[in-house]
Amino acid sequence: MNPDWLYGLGGGLMIGLAAALLLLLNGRIAGISGIFGAMVAGRPDGDAFERLAFLAALIGVPALYVFAGGAPAANAPASAPLLVAAGLLVGMGTRMGGGCTSGHGVCGMSRFSPRSIVAAVTFMLVGAVVATLGRHVIGGL
Amino acid sequence: MRVLVSLAAGGLFGAGLVVADMINAQRVQAFLDPFGAWDPTLAFVMGGAMIPMIIAWALSKSQKPAFADAFPSKRSEIDARLISGSAMFGAGWGLAGFCPGPALAALSFGGWPVSLFVLAMGAGMWGHDRFIARTVPA
Repeated sequence: MNPDWLYGLGGGLMIGLAAALLLLLNGRIAGISGIFGAMVAGRPDGDAFERLAFLAALIGVPALYVFAGGAPAANAPASAPLLVAAGLLVGMGTRMGGGCTSGHGVCGMSRFSPRSIVAAVTFMLVGAVVATLGRHVIGGL
Repeated sequence: MRVLVSLAAGGLFGAGLVVADMINAQRVQAFLDPFGAWDPTLAFVMGGAMIPMIIAWALSKSQKPAFADAFPSKRSEIDARLISGSAMFGAGWGLAGFCPGPALAALSFGGWPVSLFVLAMGAGMWGHDRFIARTVPA
């Protein structure tokens, strides 16, 4: 089996374990758009400090890995207009749809929530169409 | 204690994204695009992440969270907001190869493109809650 897939499975188990810890201990959904969105768009409430801690570690642990000599590559597209358009779509869309790959994908589908399954199928299909058109028809993604 | 749990969960989540190489936008796009050199890694990540969570939801039926009163209630509405929001999110995801978690995890090393994406994402979230949330029928 391709080692990349095994790393994917292992990393996925870590992500799922993190989400399970947050659910079973704190009773919270590990949905990144929900946690980040509440920080930037919501009113501060009793959970604000917890959200800050989650996000600080989410950003900080990969930063520590880089500091220790790791060299992960983000390989982001280098077009500023494309990044702004994509970021706006992701920000507005995840708030409107109530979740992203983690909230609907990891946490919702594992609960067999029809709402989350509909959301995940929708963003997977649209994402596939846009990525395919962008790479083959328009080119340059 | 809840803050410590959040710190541990966020760190493990970020480490998992790096181990799985989901912080690599090109690998994510190579999953979404089946007509290039298709890369199934994202499916393994999703499958791996579902296993602990299926167990966690099963456990949640017979107990309470350790540091909270109750588990989150299950929402069931399938409406225009869910579909149109998810479609918009999918379009942005396909365009850039980033969803919220990987973009934040890549913030420290992704240079200006990741910073710009996260800035726009935050602006989109703020703009939605400020201008759209109340005008779109729930």
